[in-house]
Amino acid sequence: MIDNFAAVGLLLAFAIGLPIVVMAVVHLLAPHKPHKEKLTTYECGNEPIGRAWIGFKSNYFLYAIVFTAFDVETIFLYPWALTFRKLGTFAFVEMFIFMIILIVGFWYAWKEGALEWM
Amino acid sequence: MQTLNNLFLIIAHFIRSLFADPQSVWANLTMDVINFIIVVVIIVLAALILILLERKVAGWTSMRTGPNRLGPRGWFQTIADALKLMGKEDVTPAGADKIIFKIAPMIIFSLPMMTLAVIPYGNHMAPIDLDLGIFYFLAVSAISTLAFLMAGWGSNNKYSLLGGMRAVAQMISYEIPLLFSLLGVIMITQSFNLGDIVKAQHTIPFIVLQPLAFVIYIIAGIAEVNRAPFDLVEADQEVVAGPFTEYTGLRWGLFFLGEYGNMTAVSALAATVFLGGWQGPFLPGWVWFWMKVGVIIFFMMWVRWTFPRIRVDHLMHLAWKVLLPLSILNIFLTGLGIFIYRLVMGG
Repeated sequence: MIDNFAAVGLLLAFAIGLPIVVMAVVHLLAPHKPHKEKLTTYECGNEPIGRAWIGFKSNYFLYAIVFTAFDVETIFLYPWALTFRKLGTFAFVEMFIFMIILIVGFWYAWKEGALEWM
Repeated sequence: MQTLNNLFLIIAHFIRSLFADPQSVWANLTMDVINFIIVVVIIVLAALILILLERKVAGWTSMRTGPNRLGPRGWFQTIADALKLMGKEDVTPAGADKIIFKIAPMIIFSLPMMTLAVIPYGNHMAPIDLDLGIFYFLAVSAISTLAFLMAGWGSNNKYSLLGGMRAVAQMISYEIPLLFSLLGVIMITQSFNLGDIVKAQHTIPFIVLQPLAFVIYIIAGIAEVNRAPFDLVEADQEVVAGPFTEYTGLRWGLFFLGEYGNMTAVSALAATVFLGGWQGPFLPGWVWFWMKVGVIIFFMMWVRWTFPRIRVDHLMHLAWKVLLPLSILNIFLTGLGIFIYRLVMGG
């Protein structure tokens, strides 16, 4: 068990290290001739006006909030699914009540138009 | 037959036996590193083969021949492309957020390595046999959203920003049905361990017990790896190449490798969880596994060249109002099914 997670740690180091090594090798191989025009931001040949770092459409934010609710629910649901058959009828019913509460929340978000793309 | 089936286990055993103590820390460490290198080779080979295959499938579906100049039937095309990419200049735009810009493709490339390392390629052939397997897989693959956002924001390019934001909206939306669709399988197997999930499909693969979950998983999986018809992220006609617009050379190549690696990972998980993984008659387990993965990948390519790109409001509609309710329904149905099964069997 501990061995496995040590292996995951090693894998993480490996996975981070490899692209760095690859890019270092490419840095040696590839030509490097920076030029003022070459380093400008690509905008189909036009001069870019202003920066791209701007406030952005809030629609995405609503989705993100609904997503957060469901993502947290997922963290509850996975252990529940894991022990589903060992749990008695009580835990079974309880979890479905939990899910029904979430579905009510989902229905509310739906009704309020949080899931509409505008 | 048995030898062929256990070929890789025998090789692993042989390498271990070279050590004075085959179970020592150093032997484990060496085996881990060898396993990881194999995973990297799998990703690179998968990308090389899949890119060519994709172009061939694209050719066939639109009645062209596809690449056919380099080598026999064009088989060396991708290798030439890869070599070309290595010799290209790595340009970082002057206006970009340099660190974020440079890290993003590396993260994309790292993720399939992290996820493919827990897939059982055959009996006892998972590089890391993790008890939390499926949970770990999903947790790690969720990080790719962040890499797309980093690439989109870090480029300081309007197309990249649009693409990055689209990536985030799309990937978080489709992640929920994807996560929920796998719950039914876990309810049946009572295990997060991918090896156990494969063994639980000894009699029937879960595609038979969980057909709805499989359909949801495949749709959400295609959306998660941003492939057509869900390729709004890099829709060429609208946002040039989305988050990849400013990338050049092998840094762009890392994105490409990562994309195909992620596609392989999603297909590998589908094959493991729904199609019975390495289990199958006559042929060795690892051949069965790759055949199943190949079928799913071919299906994904087929879909890509058959359906037009979906509209953004339809995309969101499909995720939140069709797939999510269906995946919740699937959980209820699975629970009910297990309950009835238990009543009938008297457990």
